[in-house]
Amino acid sequence: MQSLILTTTTRLLAALLLMFSVYALLRGHNLPGGGFIGGLIGATAFILYTIATSEIEARRALRVGPSNIAVVGLGIAGLAGLSAGLAGEPFFTGQWLFLFAEDGGKGLPLSTVLVFDIGVYLAVFGGILTLVFALEEEI
Amino acid sequence: MADDYPKVDRVMGGPAGWISIAFPAVLFLYFLGLLPQIVTGPQVHGIDWVPSLGIRLSVLLDGLSMTFALLITGIGTAVTLYSARYLGQHPDYPRFVCYLLMFMVGMLGLVLADNMISLFVFWEVTTIASYLLIGFNADSAKSRRSALQALLLTGTGGLVMLGGMIILGNVAGTFELSQILEMGDMVRAHPWYMGILLLFLAGAFTKSAQVPFHFWLPNAMAAPTPVSAYLHSATMVKAGVYLMARMNPALGSTEAWFWILTIFGGITAVLASVMALRQTDIKQTLAYTTLMALGSLTMFIGAGTHYAIVAAMTFLVVHSLYKAALFLMIGIVDHATGTRDATMLRGLRKAMPLTGLAAALAAVSMAGIPPMVGFVGKEFMYKAGLGLDGFGAIWVTAMIFAASAMMFVTGGIVALKPFAGDLAETPTPAHEGPWPMLAGPLVLGGLSLFFGLVPGVLGHYLVGPATHAVEGEVHEVHLYLWGGVNTALILSLLTFLAGWLLYRSHESIRARLIAFEARSPIDFDAGWDRLLDGFKAVAGWQTRLIQTGSLQRYMAVTFASFVVLVGGTYLVKGAFGAGLGLTTASVHPVQWTVLALIAVGSILVVWTHSRMTAVAAMGVVGIGVSLIFIMFSAPDVAITQLLVEVLVVVLVSLAMLRLPYLPRRSKASFRPGHALIAGGVGVVTTFLTISVLGSPFDRRLTTFFEAASYPEAHGRNIVNVILVDFRALDTFGEITVVAMAALAALALLRGTAPRKEEN
Amino acid sequence: MELLLAITIGIVVATSVYLMLDRNALRFLFGLVLLSNAVNLIIFAGGRLTVGAPPLIPDGAYAPVGVVANALPQALVLTAIVIGFGLLAFTLALVYRTFMTLGTVNSDEMRIAEPRDKRELDTGRLGMGKADPEHPATGQEAGI
Repeated sequence: MQSLILTTTTRLLAALLLMFSVYALLRGHNLPGGGFIGGLIGATAFILYTIATSEIEARRALRVGPSNIAVVGLGIAGLAGLSAGLAGEPFFTGQWLFLFAEDGGKGLPLSTVLVFDIGVYLAVFGGILTLVFALEEEI
Repeated sequence: MADDYPKVDRVMGGPAGWISIAFPAVLFLYFLGLLPQIVTGPQVHGIDWVPSLGIRLSVLLDGLSMTFALLITGIGTAVTLYSARYLGQHPDYPRFVCYLLMFMVGMLGLVLADNMISLFVFWEVTTIASYLLIGFNADSAKSRRSALQALLLTGTGGLVMLGGMIILGNVAGTFELSQILEMGDMVRAHPWYMGILLLFLAGAFTKSAQVPFHFWLPNAMAAPTPVSAYLHSATMVKAGVYLMARMNPALGSTEAWFWILTIFGGITAVLASVMALRQTDIKQTLAYTTLMALGSLTMFIGAGTHYAIVAAMTFLVVHSLYKAALFLMIGIVDHATGTRDATMLRGLRKAMPLTGLAAALAAVSMAGIPPMVGFVGKEFMYKAGLGLDGFGAIWVTAMIFAASAMMFVTGGIVALKPFAGDLAETPTPAHEGPWPMLAGPLVLGGLSLFFGLVPGVLGHYLVGPATHAVEGEVHEVHLYLWGGVNTALILSLLTFLAGWLLYRSHESIRARLIAFEARSPIDFDAGWDRLLDGFKAVAGWQTRLIQTGSLQRYMAVTFASFVVLVGGTYLVKGAFGAGLGLTTASVHPVQWTVLALIAVGSILVVWTHSRMTAVAAMGVVGIGVSLIFIMFSAPDVAITQLLVEVLVVVLVSLAMLRLPYLPRRSKASFRPGHALIAGGVGVVTTFLTISVLGSPFDRRLTTFFEAASYPEAHGRNIVNVILVDFRALDTFGEITVVAMAALAALALLRGTAPRKEEN
Repeated sequence: MELLLAITIGIVVATSVYLMLDRNALRFLFGLVLLSNAVNLIIFAGGRLTVGAPPLIPDGAYAPVGVVANALPQALVLTAIVIGFGLLAFTLALVYRTFMTLGTVNSDEMRIAEPRDKRELDTGRLGMGKADPEHPATGQEAGI
């Protein structure tokens, strides 16, 4: 099922979807979105690419094994939770750093919560792609 | 002695051996250092473990636990030193050390625990460790059977005891022994007292091998000799005795306590004495004398008078000292001569003088001959027996008389006969044992003599405080070797006479007992096998009945139970009317359409026989559901649902490429019974949902999240804040599930097993 | 609306249960998908239905303005959807693998572990020797 039009447009579409997935991830704390949704969108991008080209192509584009991504995601999420221990607080207490914060505003917030959400993103993204690639490969 | 295992070159067991010797030795010295404080009164220390359940890891250090702790660590040192030489070159010696230390820790925890639940945990640690130790020689079917028998019996008893502990904990309102022991009057007056007592005794009797649970103990001889020495002297079997002694202030001093303990203890003691005479293997003989000792201890704790408790505590120490020494001695004899058969061993005293000395000291103490501490113990036992009222006095005194006479005889069999007379031919020529193996028996035998000569030390430091702990009140304890000419002394002399007469004729008695046993229909050990077979038959029967192996039937039963139980509850409680006030008045046409889409889609999945139609229809349902999420203000959920729906369609379609078609629809494919169950589940679910939606709503949690979301967690999307901050641990668990599911599916799909199994 | 939604949920549940009672593992799978949808709807509806007010806090405010939809069941359902997907994918892989190995998707024909004739299964002792009262432990057996 190699269609030139599909392949070409998919490259563009997949790139857009991936970008959008990161956008959804980052805005998630304040607007609809977040790690789960971002991860799902990102996975969809690669699945689309797989359908348009092949599973091997998609793996090459991804560079890293999806199961590794999933496990690394778990690790990041776990570390984000553990980091609260450095501040002497219970497991999974969010730690915040507000850069350039002015009176009343919150500036550029950086937090372990965001790191945790990135872990969620990677775990979902990697988990789903592991499944799809494995099934695709077998068939 | 089977020396046929491949030897590993280790000096005294290597590092494992040194650690195993140092551990109990250091603890022994530590406890010894604490001894003077304990003499003045009990101490409780502790930390909270599971505070919400009232479980504390607390330590109760009083005379009773101190006596036990010293025996456990002291005899433990002798045993580990002995094993380092005895088993040190065995390939599995490090494993043995692990088990032995685990056992030691379990036993120490058991006697030191102040909280009943932690006591139970340590109790089961000893059960498991004893299983591993008895079955250490795992190549032998007999070892494995004995180990399993001990595990099942003592483990079951332990669980029953846990029931008693929980009830007692609820009755008393605390699980701390130090507090419960002061509420004795309240516990005894409680209507559940009898239940608590029986449950506790089930644990104690199985552990301490009282009739009718006695048969596991002689079988446990399958363990290596140092283990037997340890199990039989200071640990394991004494755990039950410890429990009874420990619970005496709370549960003791009632009619039921008195009669149950004295009768079962007495029967155990006498039955065991007779069985001991019957054995030819001297290790087995000793095993039965342990039963005898346990029976006597149970009997005295049951009797509960001051003298009885003093007698029990004295005898506890006395027995541990001589029993450990004798077992270790037998191991040396076995090691040196290659046999343990009493009929073959003769005249070893010249070849093994030190072993003979240790054996003599221990056996004389066991026979209760002055000036050994065994005599002190026996005097107090008689004194206690004679001090009881009515029938109790006759029963207990008679039982002690019988048991003591038998102990005199067995003392002669295990320690006099093998060493006296002319040297007999043995499988290997007899020679003296090495010092690490001799040290334990000699020191223990020496202690038996020392405490016999200065019984006041024993009374002041160990027996006195222990008696205080068991009775719950302070009495001065004065132990003595010579109490003047009295009834107890006369009974002692009569015991020696009876014992001597029995010893003279013990070989013909043994022959008669063996003949009698062959005709006797009662065989506890065989009964145990029948019990296990019965269990397996019942298990097989009910498995065949319940587990038919048909997924369809399991599902049908599950769903039908749901209908009957939930629907039935509805009918019985008359709740079907709840929530019917909800109207359809304000339903927007768009909502009608979405709901219709969902309903039609799901019916289509059932109706169609085309896979692709079914997949498409599932997609319709999924999209309908996400539309509902959008309509009712859940953008995050709607996006997720939509994306997942796409993925489901992709995945299922991919799999369809290789999976078979659905069977064609026919008249026969309609299953009315299943349709009925399905309809029932649907109706019950509908009513359940209606009544949930019709009842008042508690918004407290949501209100908290709404209020805290921005000020505390700095997020404006409350759903996301809940996911990544308030409930982050849950989310972490959930992404773990996703990753695990993916990895598991990967393993399934990539599996390299043969495609088709031929059988 | 709540009443209609409850009835719709009932229909979805009924069809999913009927599908899950099928011998065909594929139809079972379809039932699983529908059931997880229905259950998600029940949890969602359990937090009550609110129209047009997503649980977001507007800029400048410290708490939601007015009554907004219940965020808690939304968070629960969101993860439930993803988990449900994981479960489905795993089940699918299992069905697929089973078909490749056994050549069938009929659950009644998958009988390697539980053969139809149960009597073939060994119901004997747990492989333990019985103690022999006539020959109590000798050194060879009982020592090490």
